[in-house]
Amino acid sequence: MSESDEINKATPQGVTPQTTPHGVAESRGLFDRQILRVAALGAVKKLDPRIQARNPVMFVVLIGTVVTLYEAIRRPGVFTWSITAWLLLTVLFANFAEAMAEGRGKAQADTLRRMRSETEARRLGSDGAEERVPASSLAKGDLVVCEAGDVIPSDGEITEGIASVDESAITGESAPVIRESGGDRSAVTGGTKVLSDRIVVQITAEPGHTFLDRMISLVEGSSRQRTPNEIALTILLAALTLVFLPVVVALQPFGHFAGAAVSVTVLVALLVCLIPTTIGALLSAIGIAGMDRLVQKNVLAMSGRAVEAAGDVQTLLLDKTGTITLGNRMASAFIPAAGRTERELAEAAQLASLADETPEGRSIVVLAKERFNIRERDLGADHQFVPFSANTRMSGLDVDGHHIRKGAADSVKAFVADTGGTIPIGLDQVVEQLSRSGSTPLVVADGSEILGVIELKDVVKQGIKERFDQLRAVGIRTVMITGDNPLTAAAIAQEAGVDDYLAEATPERKMDLIKAEQAGGKLVAMTGDGTNDAPALAQADVGVAMNTGTMAAKEAGNMVDLDSNPTKLIDIVEVGKQLLITRGSLTTFSIANDVAKYFAIIPALFVATYPQLNALNIMRLHNAETAVLSAVIFNALVIVALIPLALRGVRFKPVGAASILRRNVLIYGLGGVVTPFIFIKLIDLILTATRFY
Amino acid sequence: MDLALTLVLLLLVLAVAWRFLGSYLAAVYDGRVSWLGWFERPVYRLLGVDPEREQSWQRYTGSLAVFSGVAILITYAIFRFQGSLPFNPQHLGAVPPALSWNTAVSFVTNTNWQNYAGESTMSYLSQMVGLTVQQFVSASVGIAVAIALVRGFARKGSPTIGNFWVDLIRGVIYVLIPVAFIAGIVFVGQGTVQTLAGPAVIHNPLTGLSQVILRGPVGFMETIKQLGTNGGGFFNANGAHPFEDPTALTLFLSIVLLLAIPVALTYTFGKMVGNIRQGVAVLAAMIVLFGAWTALTVYAESQPNPAVSAAHAVAQHQGNMEGKEARFGPQQTALYNAASTETSTGSVAGANDSFNPLGGLGLLAGMMMGEVSPGGVGSGLYTILLFALLAVFIGGLMIGRTPEYLGKKIQAPEVKLASFAVLVMPITVLVLTALAVSLHAGRAGPSNAGPHAFSEILYAFTSQGNNNGSAFAGLNGNTAFYNVTGSIAMLIGRFAIIVPVLALAGVLAAKHTVPEGLGTFKTDTPLFTGILISVIVIVGGLTFFPAVSLGPIIEQLSRHRLF
Repeated sequence: MSESDEINKATPQGVTPQTTPHGVAESRGLFDRQILRVAALGAVKKLDPRIQARNPVMFVVLIGTVVTLYEAIRRPGVFTWSITAWLLLTVLFANFAEAMAEGRGKAQADTLRRMRSETEARRLGSDGAEERVPASSLAKGDLVVCEAGDVIPSDGEITEGIASVDESAITGESAPVIRESGGDRSAVTGGTKVLSDRIVVQITAEPGHTFLDRMISLVEGSSRQRTPNEIALTILLAALTLVFLPVVVALQPFGHFAGAAVSVTVLVALLVCLIPTTIGALLSAIGIAGMDRLVQKNVLAMSGRAVEAAGDVQTLLLDKTGTITLGNRMASAFIPAAGRTERELAEAAQLASLADETPEGRSIVVLAKERFNIRERDLGADHQFVPFSANTRMSGLDVDGHHIRKGAADSVKAFVADTGGTIPIGLDQVVEQLSRSGSTPLVVADGSEILGVIELKDVVKQGIKERFDQLRAVGIRTVMITGDNPLTAAAIAQEAGVDDYLAEATPERKMDLIKAEQAGGKLVAMTGDGTNDAPALAQADVGVAMNTGTMAAKEAGNMVDLDSNPTKLIDIVEVGKQLLITRGSLTTFSIANDVAKYFAIIPALFVATYPQLNALNIMRLHNAETAVLSAVIFNALVIVALIPLALRGVRFKPVGAASILRRNVLIYGLGGVVTPFIFIKLIDLILTATRFY
Repeated sequence: MDLALTLVLLLLVLAVAWRFLGSYLAAVYDGRVSWLGWFERPVYRLLGVDPEREQSWQRYTGSLAVFSGVAILITYAIFRFQGSLPFNPQHLGAVPPALSWNTAVSFVTNTNWQNYAGESTMSYLSQMVGLTVQQFVSASVGIAVAIALVRGFARKGSPTIGNFWVDLIRGVIYVLIPVAFIAGIVFVGQGTVQTLAGPAVIHNPLTGLSQVILRGPVGFMETIKQLGTNGGGFFNANGAHPFEDPTALTLFLSIVLLLAIPVALTYTFGKMVGNIRQGVAVLAAMIVLFGAWTALTVYAESQPNPAVSAAHAVAQHQGNMEGKEARFGPQQTALYNAASTETSTGSVAGANDSFNPLGGLGLLAGMMMGEVSPGGVGSGLYTILLFALLAVFIGGLMIGRTPEYLGKKIQAPEVKLASFAVLVMPITVLVLTALAVSLHAGRAGPSNAGPHAFSEILYAFTSQGNNNGSAFAGLNGNTAFYNVTGSIAMLIGRFAIIVPVLALAGVLAAKHTVPEGLGTFKTDTPLFTGILISVIVIVGGLTFFPAVSLGPIIEQLSRHRLF
């Protein structure tokens, strides 16, 4: 144990976690061949009108296809058949996009399902006798025994014992974790494997509702519901589809009045080109892919609503330890006592720490080497390490008659006083000053002489300040939550560049802070792992529970981070934003496309009656048939072309709202107007070259 | 007057109106003005209204519906019984049922589509109590709805959006009557007729011929016609008649009056939501669109009429003089007609039918883009705010946040109501136009053939569907078919938008606001104005491009050039 074990819970983690896919995210590339094959098949299966009816835009396309098919059969011709074929392809491409997005999740779900394969549980009867039953028959409250080598049959809490557990099946992390009864580490997950010792687990999940079950349905997307913004967008798309119906249908009487014969096939083609098929086809794929991107980051979102809320978050509550700071205090300075040199102090400190394998101890050795190039040395036989004990609250080394100790100020002072030494003037002042600035002072003594103080500092993660600056740019306020006193908290808050801090935090104060922010209309995100975090996790709009945390925390939050890395909250926010940006941008693109399609189709519709309308044929398309067909083909192919963008998401740069908007308006708005002019012309040139039309 | 000088003066006067009338309007509807309280309070007592009690959006809508319904019935009854009622010096008989119905609907909906010639159809009583009264109250209803919507944005967690009766009456008493009265005195001073003495008979002893000159209570009707963006004139010739519009000054003042309130309301909006810049952003969009359509029309009318050129009949230095008043000339007439069409007033100082095709297109465009540049009193503001909601929704998604406008989250209910209200107009216009060109009764209307006939029908329904009331002319609208379909267009164009707007006001008022931050989609910037304009143009363009290409565009292209 180290001198500062209370802050030594979390292991150090980098700011940008390695997102090497593992666990659920044991992944395939975006265009894995098997996923492509399954998706192609899925595209055909999804032609079922009952599935199509869920998407009003594509449903209109399907009906249009049936109408042109009827026309093609009645009056066969290359043109009518071509239109029919391309309309059908439009529907298939949309289905394909959705199937692609679902593909990876399905593959992952299959892997998880295999894991869930029937396990046997050893249930404890009320009389203490063991009974072997299938895991699926376990009810809430049952007690089961697991020993080394057993797979834990269902989710539960350890009521007895301690064990090391391999959770790699869920988290992908191969290092075993310790689980023990009582406290915040008592939760175990069904499907994980006990590696050593024996535990008694009380089952907390009904069969079929375990964490693994939920994970399967989440990655598979079977329980996917439309999110609020998606619903609103669907309404807008349905309205746009609805308005184009009279626009196109009215052309029949208008044309008739003008003495022009308007072909039904062309009208259907015009309708399909005008309604927002691009975004209509990709909308659900974007949503599924957004969830999938979170899964790739090893985060399970319990609802799409939570992912979307993450994009809206305006306040991030971040625990100091493990999120903002590395979680371990590091030696940062040697402050010699009066009359001592820094080097003397460093040498003694290094000796006292040689056997100290805690991160703090190691950091002292490292600092001594960095400052004075003091290397590890061979101490010979005549030495004895004095390990840390709760009694003495010191550790050190006895060598050559020297009694070198390091430890908390009070303990070392008492040790020195015992051996008849005196306390140098100014020591108390230094100790107090360090404490106040958020550091931990360790006093070093050599027998009856106090050599000085080692400053152990909370080390702010590298790059975290820049991360907070980026968040600020997109309008997100960061609040650091810490149990430290206000002075310490203020010092670290300033160093890390957070906007605000909550010092001496208790679960109640955390809860009050969340409520206060929400009362001001803000959405709040936080992470937590303890049972006492549960109410706050439930109250927060985005509550990310650490997988290492308690069941209560995991139940209360709306996301679970399998890596248990609190920094990931920032990634989650970005995924949420990216999801909305992708939808908005593709909607803009889709609508902007219509301008070019009009210039292709309207002149083609009436040019026979009014040759002067050819002036509107600004793309100089070959003839009426190639013009209409080019627009339809572009309309179908653009869906395929945008599938990668829909699945990957539009790039999100953490800059202010105004610059994001300007950039996206330029690319997807203006680009959406210009692009189709170019490609429709190109397609027309190709069609003309075939000489079919 | 020189066109450039007119425009500069217009800009100056409107800037003053924007700033001062705008803040006055805010004060009126916030209840901070009471100088006519001695007149206001008895009116509430008479109506049995408690001015302190606010209404939910449902009650507000209910009151508005009852008021408008009763107004239609009363106005209809006056027309039908005018023969037996006083103030009828010409002894005009009852107005026929279909025409009475169309006209009653037309004035209650602030459209002022006129399928009749006023001076030879309507008694003085019908003109004053039937038409002019509606010109006041229908304008006040429009402003009330806009104010209710603005309150929806400005309030937080409020179950109410104001009191319809209070808004209606305060609008009439504190705004419309005082301004129309003062302007009316100027108009009468300039020579606009204002009398109840009946027609004047002038006998020329030299020729022995007698001439009957029709006149009536024109002056004050003229000012509320413009101020309330109504457009229904006393005479058939409307603003081109010298008794309505005698001088260049009255022509100029007419343009000022019809633009004043729609423009000023953007200031009121900014003031009530606590950020004038929000109003400026909306106003900027209105100005750009107004500038574009007006420039197109004025430019087109400055060009010669090719048919006249071909006949070598007259020199056309000034431009297209067909159907124009010699006193005003093509440019001023084009400016007047464009301004009146852009504000849904629909009054005219020259014949729209005789405009060059692109001039007509400029007029049509303003209406097809939802009549928001700057649109009618109240209706212009509430319609452009609907477009703003859609612009915010699409733009807001693009920055990765649930879109919000003025701190209110724009979610499914808002999108549903806004898209319904925005799209109901184009759907109505297209369906009715399609019906008219398909039926014999409809095809009998236009006096021309070919694309121009199509333009005439399309214009008629676009005008009525937008509660504009300007006529392309050349269409015989006084038939059972056009009277009935026209009234349908006017009713839908008015109430199928007002009801969702009020619902929106209620939904928004009940919401709490999201605080503004760096991640907020700023709606008081040129970028937003640009997006707003694009949304308006794209929605209008995409819905009407096919129809327009069969009318004015083909007509223009038949002249083998686009400009």
